Amino acid sequence: MNRKNIFLCALLALALVIALHAGVRAAGKDIILATTTSTQDSGLLDILVPLFQKKTGYFVKTIAVGSGQAMAMGERGEADVLLVHSPESELKFMQGGHGVNRRIVMHNDFIIVGPKSDGANIRGMKSTAESFRKIASSSSLFLSRGDNSGTHAKEIKIWQKAGIAPERERWYQQTGLGMGQTLNVAAEKGGYTIADRGTYLALKKNIPLDVMVEGDVSLRNIYHVIEINPAKHAGINSAGARAFARFIISREAQSIIRDFGVAKYGAPLFYPDAGMKE
Amino acid sequence: MELLFEGIREAFRLLIHADPEVVRITLLSLKISGCATFISLIIGIGAGMLIALVEFPGKRLLISIINTGMGLPPVVVGLFVTIFIWRNGPLGFLGILYTPTAMIAAQAIIATPIVAGITIAAIQHLPEELRLQILALGATRTQMVWMLMKESRLPLLAAVMAGFGGVISEIGASIMVGGNIMGYTRVLTTATVMETSRGNFDVAIALGVILLLLSFSVNFILTTIQQYDKK
Amino acid sequence: MTKNNIRPILLDIRNLSSVRGGRTVLNIPEMRIYEGEILSLIGPNGAGKTTLLMALLRLVPLESGVIVFKNTPLNETLPHDTYRRHFVMVFQKSLLFNSSVFNNIAYGLRIRGIRGRELLRRVDEQMALFGIAHLRNRHARKISGGEARRVSLARAFVLNPTVVLLDEPFAGLDTPTRDALIADCEKILRASGTTAIFATHDRNEALMLSDRISVMNEGRILQTGAPEDIMHRPANEFVASFAGTDTIISGPVIKKNRGTLFIEVNGSILEIVGEAKIGSKVTFCVRPENILLSKKASRATSARNAFAGSIQRILPVGHFYKVFIDCGFQLIAHVTHQSVKNLGLAEGGKIVASFKATAAHIIRGAAEV
Repeated sequence: MNRKNIFLCALLALALVIALHAGVRAAGKDIILATTTSTQDSGLLDILVPLFQKKTGYFVKTIAVGSGQAMAMGERGEADVLLVHSPESELKFMQGGHGVNRRIVMHNDFIIVGPKSDGANIRGMKSTAESFRKIASSSSLFLSRGDNSGTHAKEIKIWQKAGIAPERERWYQQTGLGMGQTLNVAAEKGGYTIADRGTYLALKKNIPLDVMVEGDVSLRNIYHVIEINPAKHAGINSAGARAFARFIISREAQSIIRDFGVAKYGAPLFYPDAGMKE
Repeated sequence: MELLFEGIREAFRLLIHADPEVVRITLLSLKISGCATFISLIIGIGAGMLIALVEFPGKRLLISIINTGMGLPPVVVGLFVTIFIWRNGPLGFLGILYTPTAMIAAQAIIATPIVAGITIAAIQHLPEELRLQILALGATRTQMVWMLMKESRLPLLAAVMAGFGGVISEIGASIMVGGNIMGYTRVLTTATVMETSRGNFDVAIALGVILLLLSFSVNFILTTIQQYDKK
Repeated sequence: MTKNNIRPILLDIRNLSSVRGGRTVLNIPEMRIYEGEILSLIGPNGAGKTTLLMALLRLVPLESGVIVFKNTPLNETLPHDTYRRHFVMVFQKSLLFNSSVFNNIAYGLRIRGIRGRELLRRVDEQMALFGIAHLRNRHARKISGGEARRVSLARAFVLNPTVVLLDEPFAGLDTPTRDALIADCEKILRASGTTAIFATHDRNEALMLSDRISVMNEGRILQTGAPEDIMHRPANEFVASFAGTDTIISGPVIKKNRGTLFIEVNGSILEIVGEAKIGSKVTFCVRPENILLSKKASRATSARNAFAGSIQRILPVGHFYKVFIDCGFQLIAHVTHQSVKNLGLAEGGKIVASFKATAAHIIRGAAEV
């Protein structure tokens, strides 16, 4: 029985050591990066973040949520730095004084994708708003993210431009999921959706959806980095946030962004924009 | 179907070649869920024994609450743990949001009522007089409690199974308090979801298979012990 | 069996009472237990036998009570845990642990820190005494009920306690198994000089094993005495009927003659030996084996009480028959199967029942001699 007791005590001690060890990390070295699912799902951050960590010694906790939720985290001071793509909300966020140093990082573009059968007959259209009207008038299934993400915000804007309120229509469904999963749902159900090109390209091999509409100026998808205003909340790692923001607009990171995905998909997923005027 | 077969083939290739990322995620899952289960065993068995053996007003109510807690939805636990430990939360000073520690805490909260509930049921299932018989053989209270635990070792093993099985396959709390950070809080369940949404079905399937194998082997080992014990 | 009186007192108990759910489940103003005796507690289910045993072990909350153990009152100088280890209790259920027979018997020794050779020696010795050495490595859940009972007893006896408390240890066993176990138990108890208090609802078990018997009902001890006293001189109707004395008769004393009372019951005159005032009402009992049945009143018998009656009922009870006879009052006799045949007993038939004046014992109404 004694031997058993010793064994149990040792196990308990081990468990506690592991539990505590897991939490021990210099607090000032942690950065919480709240970002969109598209940056994570494309795999871009899997390259940028480790490089940044290696160069600076910071530890980045990447929390991939929609742009809306990322900004909500920023407003509560639960994140240090944001990488988001929802310009209008971002401006509101900045006006509220929640962020500092909003800087352009990169862009890619949104595309409207749909089933090969193209029931709404929108393939090759130039006007996005016009294509949305046709989807509505033909009552073709449309999958919306419905998650306040940057993509969702863009989609809402296009509906407004088209003069349609689709929320209560039967052909309009909200998934409440990230970009990758929403594309999967659209593929399964044979519906249309709006996606960022990066995620679409990453998934393309597995989903039978074609690009229907692309190239419209209104489909441009711009990513900004925003540091959270340290004056608003205690505990913000503003030094870390600044370091990350500086890194992501650095020449080195920008060239990684430019080359990312070219080998795999034959075309870049993102276009570096640092220093450009909007 | 082709996707499925291709996915499974690729999954087994990843498994056979012990893909470092897959191995890392698996080990992290085991570490976090193992730790959480162990903590929940200590708290759950301790509290369960106490509740089962001591008479006090409100005991039935407490047991009902614990039994309800056996089905605590992980997302609800995740939500409350998050609210407590985010920077502006009551425990924000700990700075443990998006860390394995937070995941261990959340998973331990999920598993503890399961362990406590099974412990209470196990002890109450023993003959009423067994306690007295052990004391009547000269045992001290501590020796008596230890003996009761030994006597209910089979259901307590079931508690280990249920606790570990519950937390290793849980995702709601893990993703909320852990954040699915690569190499840090990315565990089998959160990685499976992420790889699915990335379209990497092969990796997702590989992770899923590991999860299945893990649950299976844990249960197999425990069942073997049980069968051995019955002999 | 009166040698108890010269044995030292082991346990002296005063004002022991226990209340559960507002009901007094135990109320023992005084009780003594002598070293080395076997005392049985008999009484119906719910009489408080188990509670009394557990109270002695301090396993039930007590309302009041003083326990003096070997002249030392149970208090700070004699802590409960030390006191408790002088006792072991064996419950009605075998309650074996989920382990081997050996481990079961070894448990009490192990928790007392006894290990190694001494442990092996004592466990093996005890298994031999109870004839279960062949079960040593068997799992305790895979042995028969009788074997389990032996293991349960061995698990207690191996501790060499000062007192063993046995709660219905033989209940539910078939008769040969039970009788063999009782014989073994008595041998082991006598050889070790262990004091035993033993609760049973079966008076036959008590008669087989006891130096003294206490009859309990509703948390009280009604009578304590040697088995013969309980059998033949019950203190009241309850003890009488529990001791198996079914015939209980009441009536006024109408005449006295040199130690013989003449009692009138429903027009018949019964003669019994005893002392009571004329005109007082007495209640007396006659053990069933002392009531004889014959076809006709015989002059040869010395019984002064012979009454013709009709047989109400013949009840087979194991190896004998219980015969209920209505003679204006009820007499209950035990007869053998052979006698039923020889006498041609049948329900509704006529018979003569007789008993000696000395066979009657006055329960109530007796005057002090």
